[in-house]
Amino acid sequence: MTDTNLPAPHAANLPIEKYVLAVTGLVGFVVLWYASVKWLPIDAFNRLPDPLAVIVEWTSPDPDYGISIFTADYYTHIFYSTYRALSAFVLAVVLGVPLGIFMGWKKSVHNYAYSLLGLLRPVPPLAWVPIAILLFPGVELAVIFVTFLVAFFATTMNTLVGVKAIPEDYFRAAACFGASDRDILRDIVIPGAMPSIFTGLQIAMGAAWFSLAAGEMIAAQYGLGFIIWEAYNLIQYPTIVIGMATLGLVGYVSSMLVRWVGKRLMVWHEQKLGMAG
Amino acid sequence: MTKASITNVKTPSSALADRPASGKVSVRNVTKIYDPEGVHVVALDGFSMDIEAGDFVAIVGPSGCGKSTLMNILAGFDTLTTGEVYLDDQLLAGPGTKPLPGSDRVVVFQQGALFPWMTVLENVTYGLMKKGVLKRAEANEKGIEFLERSGNLGRIANSYPAQLSSGMQRRVEIVRALINDPKILLLDEPFRAMDTVNKNRMHQHLLRIYQATRKTIMFITHDLEEALFLADRVIVMTTRPGTMKMDIAIDLPRPRDHAMMASEAYLALKQQAVFAVREEAKRAFDRGEREMA
Repeated sequence: MTDTNLPAPHAANLPIEKYVLAVTGLVGFVVLWYASVKWLPIDAFNRLPDPLAVIVEWTSPDPDYGISIFTADYYTHIFYSTYRALSAFVLAVVLGVPLGIFMGWKKSVHNYAYSLLGLLRPVPPLAWVPIAILLFPGVELAVIFVTFLVAFFATTMNTLVGVKAIPEDYFRAAACFGASDRDILRDIVIPGAMPSIFTGLQIAMGAAWFSLAAGEMIAAQYGLGFIIWEAYNLIQYPTIVIGMATLGLVGYVSSMLVRWVGKRLMVWHEQKLGMAG
Repeated sequence: MTKASITNVKTPSSALADRPASGKVSVRNVTKIYDPEGVHVVALDGFSMDIEAGDFVAIVGPSGCGKSTLMNILAGFDTLTTGEVYLDDQLLAGPGTKPLPGSDRVVVFQQGALFPWMTVLENVTYGLMKKGVLKRAEANEKGIEFLERSGNLGRIANSYPAQLSSGMQRRVEIVRALINDPKILLLDEPFRAMDTVNKNRMHQHLLRIYQATRKTIMFITHDLEEALFLADRVIVMTTRPGTMKMDIAIDLPRPRDHAMMASEAYLALKQQAVFAVREEAKRAFDRGEREMA
């Protein structure tokens, strides 16, 4: 090519430039945070822990408030949260994907379930906490239930939308070749809805983490949501931020894992996007 | 289908294959009313036609003339209200029969319906695998063979449809239909979205396939030139409710090429048809305006 000397029109898409921008955004945020806590003449801001204090506490072998990367408690909390989020997520996938598929595919299932889902979906996860505590013996199941609900709605709805978006002609073509109902489910409905299902799973993973934190704040004895609330009550402000940042990290990593699995499963879809881009 | 007849796809000058024994279609007095209790739209009104086995018939008409309805009934995607459809003297559809699609009547769709999540080879062998006669390896072998004979498409066997041009996708879709050895090929405006150059190429490609296989073809289009160039018979339909307005025999010699479109015989046929098509298009247009007003 002769035009390699010209400035690349999509410079921002080059991997290195992309990372530079991402790091700039992150560093910019931390600087802004530091500046507003330290230098802004506003009381509400000055009460917050500054980033340096958080990092020192987080990485201290002997933390002031008992939680750092060198304490076993920290990992116990992460373990409990991860275990709850994952259980809720798996439950949401196992129940939500089939329900969404049949709602999208079979009119009668859609008619049964759609208005019920439509009514339940807007109820925020926190509003379920009292019912969950009454319903389930012990805190563990109640928290998982609340976490599950949001993930379940996201999974079901995205799967449903994915099936609905499959062109009618694909079903007709399959019928021409003598495909049975089971063939159509396996060869058309599931692969056709797969991109949308994985979008739903990513949303569900994120939703699981945020409703989990809400549930843990109210009802749990362990977990990242619990330490955030506990630290607030005990005026251990840096630990609040450690809890929040850890939630962000594990949430981000789990969403990436879902995306990675999706990419592996849908080579054809990657090809399509590659061609479009 | 014999091997020799498929090999001929590559040689345009070859003679027309013999008329096949099966693939005769008889549409008798078919009426289709959508929503009879409510809006009551009459899509087809007492439509009849007979297609001889091995004929290439084009059906031309304005949008909403019922040509897609006719194809859906033939393909087994939809029911009819009254009348009967026979394929080789076997009842295919009548009042109250359940619509039943089958690999003896394969459709090539207007928007294209290759499955994007399957490779070209998986798409092409889909019908073979559903029939359950061949093993995977045998089906693949046959698939490659058919792809090769349709202009060396074997090299794209492992590509996904999205990686191919629209012309290539259409060719694969036609292979996917032909490999099932259907009695009739139903083409629903398959080249509608293509530019003129690619469209002309696809016409030549389709004619070569027709020459070699002599499948009964029902080709639906709103493009009169395309219909005249390709078909043995052009049926012009009236605007809704759809009935037959004109049935023109196209006695132009095969193989055909685009030079033929300047011949006197072609122009005479076109003159005859163009008025009928325009009249119906105008009626459809005027009615559209009234409906909107």
